[in-house]
Amino acid sequence: MKISENKFSRILRPSLFALLLLPAIYYAWGVWQDSLGANPLEAVIRGLGDWGLRVLLLTLAISPLRRLFNWPQLLRLRRMVGLYAYFYVVLHLFGYLWFDHFFDWEEIWFDILERPFITVGMVAVILLTPLAVTSTNGMIKRLGKKWKKLHMLIYPISMLGVLHFWWMVKLDITEPVIYAVILAILLGERLFNKFSK
Amino acid sequence: MLIKKNNELSENEVTDFSVYHNRRKFMKTAAGIGIAAVSGMPIIEASAKTVSPYSTDEKLTDYKDITTYCNFYEFGTGKEDPAKNAHTLVTSPWDVIVEGECEKPGKYNLEDLLKPVSVEERIYRFRCVEGWSMVIPWMGFPLADLIKRMQPTSKAKYVYFETLHDPKQMPGQRRAVLDWPYVEGLRMDEAMNPLTLMGTGIYGKDLLNQNGAPLRLVVPWKYGFKSIKSIAKIRFSETQPVNSWQKANENEYGFFSNVNPDVSHPRWSQRRERRIGEFRKIKTQLFNGYGEQVASLYAGMDLKKNF
Ligand code: HEM
Repeated sequence: MKISENKFSRILRPSLFALLLLPAIYYAWGVWQDSLGANPLEAVIRGLGDWGLRVLLLTLAISPLRRLFNWPQLLRLRRMVGLYAYFYVVLHLFGYLWFDHFFDWEEIWFDILERPFITVGMVAVILLTPLAVTSTNGMIKRLGKKWKKLHMLIYPISMLGVLHFWWMVKLDITEPVIYAVILAILLGERLFNKFSK
Repeated sequence: MLIKKNNELSENEVTDFSVYHNRRKFMKTAAGIGIAAVSGMPIIEASAKTVSPYSTDEKLTDYKDITTYCNFYEFGTGKEDPAKNAHTLVTSPWDVIVEGECEKPGKYNLEDLLKPVSVEERIYRFRCVEGWSMVIPWMGFPLADLIKRMQPTSKAKYVYFETLHDPKQMPGQRRAVLDWPYVEGLRMDEAMNPLTLMGTGIYGKDLLNQNGAPLRLVVPWKYGFKSIKSIAKIRFSETQPVNSWQKANENEYGFFSNVNPDVSHPRWSQRRERRIGEFRKIKTQLFNGYGEQVASLYAGMDLKKNF
């Protein structure tokens, strides 16, 4: 599959950009209008976490989709999607630092040590940061082969993301299980692809 | 229906206007007094009402928040699910089975249970284990009144409670998230404590289904999940019951579940809480601030072990 260069850069890419911005607008609007229910700050933190994980999985879906549709252009959307994942995860972290702890660093430090799901989330963001930093063309060139190796970190990061959600849930693990299954399919496809060659 | 009347009557005794901060609620209360006037009840009562010495004067949580942000897994595990799904619960007629170590076991119609009690207003702090809290003007009567009437024997060391079990009325029970029916328990001295309430209403109105209609427990110094909703069975027992959350995860939830900022939970730090409707968090107090009334119940006990 292939669409014209014009359609790709004038329609597809900007549409995806706008689409991925919608959740952020939704939550900003919701806070402004106070339409996020009885506990809006929790709704914001959770919503941003949800979108962080969803977009992270979308990033991971690009290679498999490219193979499925035999559509090499897709790869050129991956950086934007990946940076969006980082955008939501960082906003999610910021929401936590602000609305949950009001930047009380001592309290935050205890919290990271004390609650396993927070520890796991923190590790995931820390690992995600160098990937975002090295996403520029210059960095890709400079790092060469190492770039590819570094960016394999996305696999453990996404697993930590799902684990973070799983451990956060009190009892009803339906949602984390759904994410885990999707992640397993996305990673499984890669293994299958590698070994069937 | 008598239950309704109980809560309506007490509407004349509910909190002073000054506590009902926002205008909407002011209007509602004013309307209530209007009705009282029409029905021939003395309006004087509205101002000469009695405030329970157990009530707090903190700012009340909005009625809308209390009735839309609920944990009631019988109607779904999302906070907003109960308000959407609880309409299938039929609360009238309602029977409560009383059994076990007491002189007056039997199946009681709710109206008969409520006939001899006088419903009063109690404004309590309500702290959920998930780190949020509310201030709720409950209507209800002391559980001790009901217990005395059932004449527990000397063997009755604990009181066990059970929520209705009927997946037709409670669709959440079709999924085995918890081991249905929901059960809870109190030690006899906790149950007899004057703070412990059988709740029948909120804000001078009957309980809505999502808040545990028609009859629920209110134990303000314990995490919210102890305050079992829509009670269908009460049993006096010699042995300590295993409550639902303890059964689901005994490392995280104990029998006592007293609010305690120093016993942290792997999912929620318990040092602070978010009052629904407020931006900043506040410090959580031991026994949710009811230590004066209840700390003596746990004298000599290691609260970190007996969480
Ligand atoms: C790759 C990184 C991360 C991802 C993908 C992620 C994703 C998620 C998801 C999907 C949820 C569940 C939302 C829901 O219940 O619907 C969540 C909840 C949460 N996350 Fe993260 N998260 C990440 C990092 C972090 C970090 C670094 C922190 C804080 C240090 C954090 C703090 C939280 C908190 C506090 C909640 C629960 C909110 C609540 O209790 O209501 N997360 N996260």
